[in-house]
Amino acid sequence: MTSVEQRQSAGPRGSRSLLSIDELGTDGVFRILDLADHMVEVNRRPNPKVPALRGKTVCNVFFEDSTRTRLSFETAAKRLSADTMTFSVAQSSLNKGESLRDTIETIAAMGVDAFVIRHGSSGAPWMVDKWTQASVINAGDGWHAHPTQALLDAYTVRTTLNRTGGLEGLRIAIVGDVKHSRVARSTSAVFRLLGADVTLVAPRTLLPPVVDEPTSENLDALIDDVDVLYLLRMQSERMNEALVPSLREYTTRFGLTPQRAGRLKQNALVMHPGPMNRGVEIAVDPAELPGAVITQQVSNGIAVRMAVLFELLGSGHGSADTLEGSSE
Amino acid sequence: MSYLVTGARVIDQNGERRGDVRVNDGFIVEVGPDLSRNDQDRVLDASGCVLSPGFVDLHVHLREPGREDAETIETGSRAAALGGFTAVVAMPNTDPTQDSVEVVDFVRRQGERAGWCEVSPSGSITVSRAGEQLTPFAELADAGVRLFTDDGNGVQDPLLMRRAYEYASDLDVTLAQHCEVESLTAGAVMHEGECCSKLGLPGWPSLAEELMVHRDIELVRLTGARAHFLHLSTAGSVDLVRAAKGAGLPVTAEATPHHISLTDSLLASYNALYKVNPPLRTPQDLAAVRDGLADGTIDAIATDHAPHVPESKERPLDQAPPGMIGLETALGVALAHLEMPLVDVIAAMSWKPAAIAGIADRHGRPVEPGEPANLTVFDPSTEWEVVPAQLASKSHNTPYVGIPLRGRVRHTIFNGDAVVIDGKLQDK
Repeated sequence: MTSVEQRQSAGPRGSRSLLSIDELGTDGVFRILDLADHMVEVNRRPNPKVPALRGKTVCNVFFEDSTRTRLSFETAAKRLSADTMTFSVAQSSLNKGESLRDTIETIAAMGVDAFVIRHGSSGAPWMVDKWTQASVINAGDGWHAHPTQALLDAYTVRTTLNRTGGLEGLRIAIVGDVKHSRVARSTSAVFRLLGADVTLVAPRTLLPPVVDEPTSENLDALIDDVDVLYLLRMQSERMNEALVPSLREYTTRFGLTPQRAGRLKQNALVMHPGPMNRGVEIAVDPAELPGAVITQQVSNGIAVRMAVLFELLGSGHGSADTLEGSSE
Repeated sequence: MSYLVTGARVIDQNGERRGDVRVNDGFIVEVGPDLSRNDQDRVLDASGCVLSPGFVDLHVHLREPGREDAETIETGSRAAALGGFTAVVAMPNTDPTQDSVEVVDFVRRQGERAGWCEVSPSGSITVSRAGEQLTPFAELADAGVRLFTDDGNGVQDPLLMRRAYEYASDLDVTLAQHCEVESLTAGAVMHEGECCSKLGLPGWPSLAEELMVHRDIELVRLTGARAHFLHLSTAGSVDLVRAAKGAGLPVTAEATPHHISLTDSLLASYNALYKVNPPLRTPQDLAAVRDGLADGTIDAIATDHAPHVPESKERPLDQAPPGMIGLETALGVALAHLEMPLVDVIAAMSWKPAAIAGIADRHGRPVEPGEPANLTVFDPSTEWEVVPAQLASKSHNTPYVGIPLRGRVRHTIFNGDAVVIDGKLQDK
């Protein structure tokens, strides 16, 4: 049996796990995005299912409520013919009983090829990765990282704008509660990795204590020029922590109001990781925004997660050849 | 029992000289070059070693009563003896709390039963450390308590703390504060700064410590009571205490080995071994704490030895308890990371903390005939690495695996008994 130390950590081609965009690296990002093109093609087939991961078992372990990410991973695994298991537990009940390590080792003993982990604690997937030989995919940890969301965002921008390479020259504003957002951390990382100019737009209270990236507290100064406006979910409990005075004031300063929507460039994209707080960060009907690609993000999510699962678990490690043929 | 310690560099508050030290029946009886060997003396070789007054640790968690699965007074005081400590101050966050004569007497007696070092119980400032009602300071002082603290829960209410200082000022006791304004640190896991921003973890701002250091300095100015600041960790705290001492206020302070040697970047491993309160800070803070020790702003090195069972440290960072053990590595960390004269390091580990703990009548004494024989002999140049499984502490949550240490205890003499000889506990 190989020891954990001898196993490869996440990162370069042939790696076992996907924990963060940083560990995936530029080459890894491009590989996943290119592979996702093949998956989109699979998903367009009348029978959108291939036998690529037949015999593999993917376990979704969700310690935090999530609907779309869990369904997206389940669908992705099934379209690749993997068997899926789902383990959902509120974090509080875990505190009372079994430790995270015991939970993971118990499930691992059932024979699992990949864990898809969502956990409220930053870093939990890194711990799981130490305890298991299986692949670990970070489906969101605390405020820290959500790499598959970032990849689907990058994929959505790249395909919508018909780019084949990176995102050089694009001006992207990520607006909202950056401090508490794993989406903001991972998505800004992938956009920057692909060459875009990213500005984080938020009041000081909703930015991390120390930020390397350009920031602004003035959305109106940027809105005319952005190529991508990425809105983050604004949670109402932030008011109780005195991070913003009121949701109304938040919308006034940082929401996508009809006035601001009218100032967007004609082909500017509007993105949101969901679930949306209508009337707060998005005070217009996205169906009426020509540049809104929010539903495309969701459907691309399946293709991108198929690409990730295939990259980590597929016998060809990223070779699209094994995507031929169909599965019943 | 009598011992002859031979060939040591004797370093104490009166300077340094070379020589032998004879100990008989609990006391130092002779100090000088080339003492004659008596048949009844057990000879302890100290060539290449320093002999100093025994070390005193102002800040240890021995977990008894309450969490004997993590540490007991027996195992913790074994670890202390191996670390060269002849006395330790037991923090009051036990269950039940050290807020009554019964509990502090129990802790003291358990220390006496173990017999590896003196276990001097602190008392809590408030009942059950709940921050609401003062404990009976005078009764506890009569039972030998000299240091009062609510330990990990600094007293939040300024009025209550003012009353505590006022009431204490009539008694010969010191109030020790864990400085943390808790409303600024809700959910905090690590130092607030660049690393926590990247890792997506809630941070402990330096401000949370410094605000309470400032508040308590002003309360000392107002009341005239003595205050001791536990484990200073920020550059700003060191500056505040330096200014307070400059103004002649009766304040003292300690720093831990980990706050002079480890930085917050270690948390990027998501290993809860590195979670501690106050948190590991930045290289600038480390330098300031070291400077504070070097110029005497910080009086003492204290370990904040905090044993935890392994499963609790395998939790995600936000769910794991803070704390790391330190008794057996304190000297090795201090000598590896401090660039100050050896005598000043010893001062910070021996007679200065002995005075703060109120036990200077028997610990941290000069190495002179007639003094109680509480002594430490250590090799200041041995380089070594810690092996958790070999630690005497019941818990093994040391952050120093793989980090070179310098300086190791060879013999420890407690109350005239060599409890550690050549790095080994002498089981009775």
